[in-house]
Amino acid sequence: MEREFKIWRGDAEKGEFKTYSIKLEQGMVVLDAIHRIQVQHSNDLAVRWNCKAGKCGSCSVEINGRPKLSCMTRMNEFSENEVITIQPMKAFPIIKDLVTDVSWNYEQNKMIPPFKPGERKKGKDHVMYQQDVERIQEFRKCIECYLCQDVCHVLRDQDKKKNFVGPRFMLRLASLEMHPLDQDDRIPKIKNDFGSGMCNITRCCTDVCPEHIQITDNGIIPLKERVVDRFYDPVMWIYNKMFGNGGK
Amino acid sequence: MDYSDIQTIEHDVLVVGAGGAGIRAAIECANQSLSTGIISKSLLGKAHTVMAEGGIAASLGNVDSRDNWKIHFRDTMRGGKFLNQWRMAELHAKQAPDRVRELEEWGAVFDRTEKGLINQRNFGGHRYPRLAHVGDRTGLEIIRTLQDFCVHHDISTHMECTGLEIILDEGKVSGLLAYWRETGRFVLFKTKSIILATGGGGKAWKVTSNSWEYTGDGLGMAYRAGAELMDMEFTQFHPTGMVWPPSVKGILVTEGVRGDGGILLNSEGERFMFNYIPEKFANETADTEEEASRWLDGDREARRPPELLTRDVVARAIKKEVEAGRGSPNGGVFLDIASRRPAEFIRKKLPSMYHQFKELAEIDITKSPMEVGPTLHYFMGGIRVNNDSQQTNVPGLFACGECAGGMHGANRLGGNSLSDLLVFGKLAGDGAAKYIKTLTGQLNCSNDEVSKIIKAATDILNRENGGNPYLVHEALQSIMQTFVSIVRTGEELEAGLEKLEKLKVDINEVSAHASAQYNPGWNEALDLKNLMVTAEAVTRAAQMRKESRGAHTRLDFPGERDEGLEYNIVIKNTKSGMSAEKVMRKDPPKELADIGFASLAELEGDTIGA
Repeated sequence: MEREFKIWRGDAEKGEFKTYSIKLEQGMVVLDAIHRIQVQHSNDLAVRWNCKAGKCGSCSVEINGRPKLSCMTRMNEFSENEVITIQPMKAFPIIKDLVTDVSWNYEQNKMIPPFKPGERKKGKDHVMYQQDVERIQEFRKCIECYLCQDVCHVLRDQDKKKNFVGPRFMLRLASLEMHPLDQDDRIPKIKNDFGSGMCNITRCCTDVCPEHIQITDNGIIPLKERVVDRFYDPVMWIYNKMFGNGGK
Repeated sequence: MDYSDIQTIEHDVLVVGAGGAGIRAAIECANQSLSTGIISKSLLGKAHTVMAEGGIAASLGNVDSRDNWKIHFRDTMRGGKFLNQWRMAELHAKQAPDRVRELEEWGAVFDRTEKGLINQRNFGGHRYPRLAHVGDRTGLEIIRTLQDFCVHHDISTHMECTGLEIILDEGKVSGLLAYWRETGRFVLFKTKSIILATGGGGKAWKVTSNSWEYTGDGLGMAYRAGAELMDMEFTQFHPTGMVWPPSVKGILVTEGVRGDGGILLNSEGERFMFNYIPEKFANETADTEEEASRWLDGDREARRPPELLTRDVVARAIKKEVEAGRGSPNGGVFLDIASRRPAEFIRKKLPSMYHQFKELAEIDITKSPMEVGPTLHYFMGGIRVNNDSQQTNVPGLFACGECAGGMHGANRLGGNSLSDLLVFGKLAGDGAAKYIKTLTGQLNCSNDEVSKIIKAATDILNRENGGNPYLVHEALQSIMQTFVSIVRTGEELEAGLEKLEKLKVDINEVSAHASAQYNPGWNEALDLKNLMVTAEAVTRAAQMRKESRGAHTRLDFPGERDEGLEYNIVIKNTKSGMSAEKVMRKDPPKELADIGFASLAELEGDTIGA
């Protein structure tokens, strides 16, 4: 069966949707279709991909307006006559065709103060219990596909990349702050530098996460609560006024 | 042409490849205060390591305290059919526990035992539960930990940058020419030393668990620079890849499924692995379903189920069942964990397998069996290195991880790859640092050399007529899949080689259209010559080894031959083309031989070896 695809072609300066038609096979995902178009119609069609099994987070695009991994989007999700429209992630600058410049994300990661474990007793291993790590293991499932960043209103529509690190890095911060061995305190930075207040909890990030991580409820909200407890709790506020807040 | 118009970046060490081995090597170089750069074909954190599932092998002894490095060493040698480099297997078994603890120190969060230590799971060929893991996404945990650790070190990461050729000055490494995927522009890295960590070349086969990046780049570049390749005939077919739907054929199904109790069944519902237990492993393998079940229930006296035999054995057994007409509807066999473990356990321990089958094949693995079959997964062979320093025979050129050969012999045990990456990544960094200290004088990159490389690359774009690079790649995959497969014959290998020879012409005349800017067609065309070196090397080595050992099976030479243990096959680039020769192995040091051939009782009692 022949199917039509509208794929955005172009670079940072200009571009347009082009239509391609290919024959589908059983079990195909959207990335397979893109590859087939590459082989049959346009060898230079630019797309990022690696594992083709939802593990590496390279092949993020917008399919019929929805941010998705193209390797995990099966063609039988669409109705038979539906034209499939594929375009690059909107929140990031376009390099070419379906490939965007995601380097901003790598810069955010660099700004996050690294893991700082306590001393290990000589000859002894660290002890952490499963029930204490489960919460951050959920965050550590993140494959850095940046779909959550793409859909976040603060980054996508308001373009406030200077004010907010985005859901991905709130999650990374949560995984450090809640790490049983970590000794650092990132709460002031989370409020002042990383922009925890910018998130208005629309949960769009959680909605598009291919790993089904509860980004908002388990990651961002607890961090917001910690910020509130530290900076806006009236008792703490008075305490800090009287005794100082240790420079935080 | 004068390369003064080309972007130039200088480093003491350039690491090529940003998987586990590459990043670990770069960290070591940075720790030793070298100016360190790392280039990767993809974005940081997307390399193959991210796809590793089951775990990282290290004899921490957290789950079974009888474990120690000697038993890990012995298991590795037995798994590799004693063709491993003894010294590498020794270094690996001894240092793996420290590398795992170090990861935890850097923020990795492994699954825990009840006592709060790093948990370990069973895997094929490992005597005890030995694989530290995080569900079935261990590779992700490891690469992310390394990535997050390395961004706070003084390491320049150059992403989406692909190496083309190594440049030498009077035989010593002096640079590497590469291109940026984003712009298609060239960049010359002037460097005193190069550490290759480029992985294998699984993309030479049609059915593979490998991604587009795995085109043997390091193997090709090293070979052309005069380094030797070794053990190339040993290509691991992982027994369990997905077989349906067609578009996901080859995608990996972790051995952890079997480690956690999964069993293999043929179309008659028979647990066929009981019929394929090799004599050498009979003592340690359960011979009844009853005993295998007791083992699963934790009976320490029971022997291991036959599904956990080494990968070479299981892959061949599956192939035989399918050929005998006892396969599953789509040409594999059934892997069943649904009837063995509760749904909640499966979702907890194998979440990404659950997810993968649900999304890609519409199968709920907590309710139905999976269909699986062999898929090209890993290269045991690779660039020949000094076992301690990881240096090749080219001064200044190092290799580690999958692209280096020797550690795994004729067959790799699951879980020994992630540990290999870290152990030898660190050692390669160390080796490069020591080498740099011995250097005196200026190193140069010749203009001629640089312009030759650039011309060869841009010719592809300027060619009016020429083959479609994707189709030429498909032709190569089809040759390897047909003629250099999981079981081989002299006749097929000869035919395969002839076809490869003919395909070289097509590779030389391949063309890519449009500009060089992020042009996958051109990128693919550039990868082809490395794939060809890889494919030819495997085929020639497979021709020369006239026996069946580990992952290399010759139908015309069944069984291991004593003389097969006396040599490794080494591939070289000569004036008359690629040559393969047998290089005699040295006798192992007595203390290692004693451990390798010792009984378990002796090793558990710690009465053997220092």
